[in-house]
Amino acid sequence: MDNWSLVSMCVLLGLTTRWAVSFNSYSGASKPPMFGDYEAQRHWQEVAYNLPVHEWYLNTTDNNLSYWGLDYPPLTAYHSLLCAYVAKLINPAWVELHTSRGYESSSHKLFMRTTVLIADILLYIPAVFLYCFYLSNGSSKKKVATALCILLYPGLILIDYGHFQYNNVSLGLALWGVVGLGSGWDLLGSLAFTLALNYKQMELYHSLPFFCYLLGKCIKQGLVGRGLFLLLKISLSVLATFALCWLPFLSEPQQVLQVLHRLFPVARGLFEDKVANTWCSLNVLIKIKTLLSRDAQLLLSLALTFLFVLPSSIKLLTKPTMWQFKLALVNSSLAFFLFSFQVHEKSILLPALPHRLSAVLCLACSMLPLLLKDGLLLPYAVTSLAFLFLCVYLLSALHRSSQELHLGSCYNLTRGCLSARNFSLLVKCAFGISMAAMAVLSTASAALEPPARLPDLFPVLVSIFSCMHFLASLLYFNFVQLTEPPSRRGQKKTN
Amino acid sequence: AVMASPMNSDSGWFLALALGVSFIKCLLINAYHSTDFEVHRNWLAVTHSMPVSKWYYEATSEWTLDYPPFFAWFEYGLSHVAAYFDKEMLVVRNLNYASPATVLFQRLSVIVTDVVFIYAIKECCKCLREDKGKELLWKPSFILATLLLWNFGLIIVDHIHFQYNGFLFGVLLLSVARHFQSRHLEGALLFSVLLNLKHIYLYIAPAYGVFLLRCFCFTQSKTDGSVHWKSFSPFRFVVLGSIVLTTFALSFGPFIALGQIPQVLSRLFPFKRGLCHAYWAPNVWALYNIVDKVLSMLGVKLGMLDINKLPKATMTGGLVQEFQHTVLPSVSPLVTLICTLLSILPALFHMWYRPSGGRGFLRCIVICALGSFMFGWHVHEKAILMAILPLSWLAVEHREDARTFLILSTTGHFSLFPLLFTAQELPIKILLMLLFTIFSFTSLKKLFRGRLVSSVEATYLLGLIPLAVICELVYPLTPWHHTLPFIPLLLTSIYCALGVTYSFIRLYISLLTVPSTTSKGKCQ
Repeated sequence: MDNWSLVSMCVLLGLTTRWAVSFNSYSGASKPPMFGDYEAQRHWQEVAYNLPVHEWYLNTTDNNLSYWGLDYPPLTAYHSLLCAYVAKLINPAWVELHTSRGYESSSHKLFMRTTVLIADILLYIPAVFLYCFYLSNGSSKKKVATALCILLYPGLILIDYGHFQYNNVSLGLALWGVVGLGSGWDLLGSLAFTLALNYKQMELYHSLPFFCYLLGKCIKQGLVGRGLFLLLKISLSVLATFALCWLPFLSEPQQVLQVLHRLFPVARGLFEDKVANTWCSLNVLIKIKTLLSRDAQLLLSLALTFLFVLPSSIKLLTKPTMWQFKLALVNSSLAFFLFSFQVHEKSILLPALPHRLSAVLCLACSMLPLLLKDGLLLPYAVTSLAFLFLCVYLLSALHRSSQELHLGSCYNLTRGCLSARNFSLLVKCAFGISMAAMAVLSTASAALEPPARLPDLFPVLVSIFSCMHFLASLLYFNFVQLTEPPSRRGQKKTN
Repeated sequence: AVMASPMNSDSGWFLALALGVSFIKCLLINAYHSTDFEVHRNWLAVTHSMPVSKWYYEATSEWTLDYPPFFAWFEYGLSHVAAYFDKEMLVVRNLNYASPATVLFQRLSVIVTDVVFIYAIKECCKCLREDKGKELLWKPSFILATLLLWNFGLIIVDHIHFQYNGFLFGVLLLSVARHFQSRHLEGALLFSVLLNLKHIYLYIAPAYGVFLLRCFCFTQSKTDGSVHWKSFSPFRFVVLGSIVLTTFALSFGPFIALGQIPQVLSRLFPFKRGLCHAYWAPNVWALYNIVDKVLSMLGVKLGMLDINKLPKATMTGGLVQEFQHTVLPSVSPLVTLICTLLSILPALFHMWYRPSGGRGFLRCIVICALGSFMFGWHVHEKAILMAILPLSWLAVEHREDARTFLILSTTGHFSLFPLLFTAQELPIKILLMLLFTIFSFTSLKKLFRGRLVSSVEATYLLGLIPLAVICELVYPLTPWHHTLPFIPLLLTSIYCALGVTYSFIRLYISLLTVPSTTSKGKCQ
């Protein structure tokens, strides 16, 4: 009984925060001719509703791909179609072909925000609670507290309800995938993840861990017999799901190529805009973009990405436990984010690790230049601060023993040089310093004018700082994952 | 308990609650605000730009200054800070000026002045009887702090609709806490200041008057609880009187010197307004109006009344302020005053003859506030908060009060829904209402173990859900939405009036039947 009331209160708090953030402006508000992501989503509804399926990804007279052409997989298009049907019922002017371009009104904003909220309620929030209750350890109150922390991740709220996107759908589906895998329902889990992949291609960041975990599990069950059977089942269902989603496009190979071309715009170069990954940061010192040819850039990024993902994947393959799986998810997404091609700021919305509080906050901070452009400074400040205080209070992050911070292995390493007290002091100092740095960068970005010679000073500083933070996290989590001893009785850790 | 790890200090949870609700308030900065926003901006401008002698005469804007002088001085103080945000808001002629900086400043001023409210709640929690053995979530102090800090009505009235009730209720609760701590002079001073900040607190002035006279000026009681006449302390009476008089002198002094008192009083007490507010507060007069309307419709149907002789507005008019009664006798301000006094006199007498310290005083305050709400002239629906907030305190200590609180707070809060009529705020008010209601029900149920609402009461409260669906979702889609727009307001008002009246009766029953538990007939 108590659990239900606590869970419902957490859900209500999460929804209230989300809706309150939605009062603010969205990406590209009142900024013709291109507007922003909000207009992109509205445009996709228009395209999906008015044009036949085989024209959605093609450049035709009715569908000008340079004006927010579809660049997500088919499931996004189907979702937009669904929203468009509802929009047509309420106000047809919202999705009229051509004439609805740049349509902005308060009722339309309400409609769009509501679609995000509904997606949250149906997909993301149930996944979060299932994840916390079935896949983490601790008392029920602790699970609810963890769920509340996850629900209040500033990055996701600000991007989905401020800037305007539907990351909650893809992340929710991916989380359902994790829940499925964790509960032993491998088939359903992989199905959910396939759907997530078909919603946003950025879920590729999480795909290697899923693959390695399932493959490792099959191998463990024996490659002849049960393991093989499981492997076949999973592969067939994944292929079937892909086929189902891509059905309208499978009639011609040209269509498939065109869609892939839209999803992976290799022509656009190593990176665009200021993003917190290594290429952008490296570009400050060495102008990579001009130094290497486009093909060389592509190869370099692929190579480095796989290099950094490989250790974690192999470890997971040999030891497919849930704990390894979760760590691999983090490592894989961090590696992809840092080294991959054409990464955007929003690609790094990790739902699963409340312990690395500083990483989560760094995430939000790294998106600050984007949020400032959208006029979302106030919600950014409030949600980040609220999240910080909530986590510090609820999870007593700083007071935990070094064991619980999974610093066990790190601690063993440094045991020679540092005492336990000094070690936890070091951790606290590091945390404090990174918080202070984020605060300074945020205030500076918001309040100060950059010098005329370096107009992009603050976004670049933010990117570099975040990049270093993410690199540190990548190294740390790889270390944790790889140093886990081969045999461990049960899971002793939460998350 | 996991929520409070051994490392956290005892006040850790209080800070977390206070910060949490403050963050929510900050997120609501860009929400809808009502004309009250312009009212306060105008007062900032008037107090900043005009000399004191013109404050109560200034009428460029329709929202003239109608709070007592201390509030005007408060706005004056705020206006100096406002100058750093946007000087344009301080120009009187900038009617309806609402630049982002203005909105930010005004909203922040409410959030920051809520510090008084937070401090007062801390003091109130100290006055509770603590139960050391209980887990944090079910401690009376935790429950009370949450019920007050996260009070739904206060959040939406102060931080969306826009008013300064938080800090005013802070002063009130602090005053009551001081009385609990037997620091009566401080309590009296705080209340006098409060009266000079917002005169609506006159509703509960009788409770203060009787309590202070009985328990402070008369220093002893006889063993059976009645007053020991000989123990009257003239010294205390004089000190008390001088404190009150000095406060009023500081407040009204300048205006007495300027000879402006009639003007100030006419601004403070505009009796030309009608019996009911534009939206009928859920009180007795709303029920009275509806009975009158029903009877007149019946009378016309049965042929006992001539439809041509009835006042025009009766049949088709909606919620109008000047409601002319046709069948039942008309109600004048004097009648409402007499009704109000009659409704609170038994409680005052009870406190005089059987004082039970701070708790009896608090109960009397609640009854006075609710009685004035029920029978007052031109009552605003927001005045229900004056009864709900002190009742929260009683609710965490007595089972019967908890039962009454659940009914009063749920219906009272629901009656505030029409204040936020925009589509954008609809999810917020529903989510926050659910949050508060779920918390109050589960926490009080856990505290007092066992059913707190009977089946009839539960059915009535659950009836609020279909009512909300009809008023918010179904009705706007019907054709009557444009011709008879007042129907949802009417339904809400009538339905909630039933709950509020029932709570009033319950409060009286519990006052007169339950013997004073702790201190029989004592003032401490």
